[in-house]
Amino acid sequence: MEQIIDKYFRPGRLPHIWCPGCGNGIITGAIVKAVDKLALEKNDVAVVSGIGCSSRASGYLDFNTVHSAHGRALPVATGVKLGQPRLKVIVVTGDGDATAIGGNHFIHAARRNIDLTVVLFNNNIYGMTGGQYSPLTPANSKATTAPYGTVDRPFDVTELAKGAGATFVARSTTFHTQLLVDVIAQGIQHEGFSLIEAITACPISFGRQNKMGGAPDMMKWQKDRGVMLAAYEKMTDEQKEGKFPIGVLYKTEAPEYSAEYDKVIARVQKGAK
Amino acid sequence: MSKVYLMQGNQAVAEGAIAAGVKFFGGYPITPSTEVAESLAKMLPTVGGKFIQMEDEIAGIGVIIGASLTGMKVMTATSGPGFSLKQELIGYACIAEIPMVIVNVQRVGPSTGQPTAPAQGDVMQARWGTHGDHPIIALTPGSVPECFDLTIKAYEFSEKYRTPVILLLDEIIGHMREKIELPDNYDEIAKPQRKLPQVPPEEYKAYQADADLVPAMAPFGSGYRWHVTGLVHDEYGFPNGSPAATQKCLDRLHEKINNNLDDIVLYENYCMDDAETVVIAYGGTARSAYAAVDAARAKGIKAGLFRPITMWPFPAKQIAEIAGKAKHIIVAEMNYGQYVIEVERAVAGKAPVTLHAKYNSEAITPDELLARIESLK
Ligand code: SF4
Repeated sequence: MEQIIDKYFRPGRLPHIWCPGCGNGIITGAIVKAVDKLALEKNDVAVVSGIGCSSRASGYLDFNTVHSAHGRALPVATGVKLGQPRLKVIVVTGDGDATAIGGNHFIHAARRNIDLTVVLFNNNIYGMTGGQYSPLTPANSKATTAPYGTVDRPFDVTELAKGAGATFVARSTTFHTQLLVDVIAQGIQHEGFSLIEAITACPISFGRQNKMGGAPDMMKWQKDRGVMLAAYEKMTDEQKEGKFPIGVLYKTEAPEYSAEYDKVIARVQKGAK
Repeated sequence: MSKVYLMQGNQAVAEGAIAAGVKFFGGYPITPSTEVAESLAKMLPTVGGKFIQMEDEIAGIGVIIGASLTGMKVMTATSGPGFSLKQELIGYACIAEIPMVIVNVQRVGPSTGQPTAPAQGDVMQARWGTHGDHPIIALTPGSVPECFDLTIKAYEFSEKYRTPVILLLDEIIGHMREKIELPDNYDEIAKPQRKLPQVPPEEYKAYQADADLVPAMAPFGSGYRWHVTGLVHDEYGFPNGSPAATQKCLDRLHEKINNNLDDIVLYENYCMDDAETVVIAYGGTARSAYAAVDAARAKGIKAGLFRPITMWPFPAKQIAEIAGKAKHIIVAEMNYGQYVIEVERAVAGKAPVTLHAKYNSEAITPDELLARIESLK
């Protein structure tokens, strides 16, 4: 890990700002391991983040990086991809960032099937602002803005992405780190819109309010609930209760937006109709 | 070789963008600016550029921020309500120093107002729409040919000062058809260039300014890796919220503009040499003002027109000079009174300032203005 830190993290930018026990470092580590596994040139990778705990990751990473505005990582990343299609563009975003304020951009980027790899850090809460509920906060959870438990029903963000047109959808957790690295690498390689939901522990803003114990307990929670898709599919509805599938959940091929637009340019420049 | 066309202001903006070397447009349709997007959707692929219609106004500016980071000259176009939605990211582009041109074809407001009627209601929004302290450059064309020229000028300023520039049209100019002469080939038009780093990647600091206070900007993908943020940052682009770093960051943003007012502040003097009654008007309103000044002159009244082309930064020096000579100053604008506030501040009591405001969704006519000039003589 130390070698990887030296290679991909910016000198002098650590220590990071995340709380002790936070899973964000594990996901950020998984992103660089995926990049390393694919042996990508640092100059050929761009990381675009929104705003929130997760989105501070861009500042630590030695790529072309943007810490954009709350919810707006996807439009900015779309511009980077269209401007320089050669770049592998990874989007770092949180649950609130991607599915509340950025929800519209999320479904439309998926619909276009533009080649972006979205790593969605799902900590089920707004961490940076101190624990308000997000569209991915489980129903009946406590949050500072839901002191009596949330009434809102949460999204299943993987189903949302799939429904909107994403062509690669996966999920892992900060407990299942090998899998996390693997699905991020697959997402980067996939030509089209990839969503990787990375379930992470926020012991400070979510765990504490919901009496989930410390970071190790929250990791155990992930271990107990995350089930590989093949096994999950064989389970009865009763067995599925409280569990969720992990791994590559959905994969298909469809025309990729920036490549399709290049075809338009080629056609127009040839003077063809 | 050049050719003469009959063209709308909005189309001339699109032509100017192509002539300036724009390669990317992202936006969301909104009346009365849609012709800018429609024209560029057609033209951009022919020059190897890209057009994308985004899901909303915010995405429309977000996507051009991303494309600008890769070194492209970029544009978005909108109108008042869309302009409001873009404001957070306009501020982002100011602090992160990302060149771009934002076209705002103003309409009657607030809110949906009168989408197809002329107004000049976003004068203050162009200056103060975002959050916090930053300068802005906003240019206002007064004719279709000027739409073309000023669009190129907007890119010149945007690239030179590494800042967003607002092209503030009104519906009269945007939708008016007028004669325009355009070169057959835009190759002969100089393309504004962004300052590229002269140091190797290891030594590059994205926000270390040269003597002109403007830092060089390396395109993403060119081998220079750097960090962009909307947070107050140090010379590397990394967040640094210390009081000293904050002040330094904001001082430079202001000074890179304020030190160059002679370059940036553009205006036109019409019949101003001996003018006693000075009309200050801009955009579509200036068209009526020329006629009113001519009519007043025909009646022996020494009238003149000062037309700000650069709305912001405010031409304070020029207006203070006018105030020292004029007997009356009339500010004519299609709003309840916006630019007049700045004019009064610059005039500082040296001459009486009269507002000729109109905000009923109709243009100010030459006759109305003439009557106003006559009433003051
Ligand atoms: S608030 Fe939660 S998500 Fe944010 S850094 Fe702390 S533990 Fe991590």
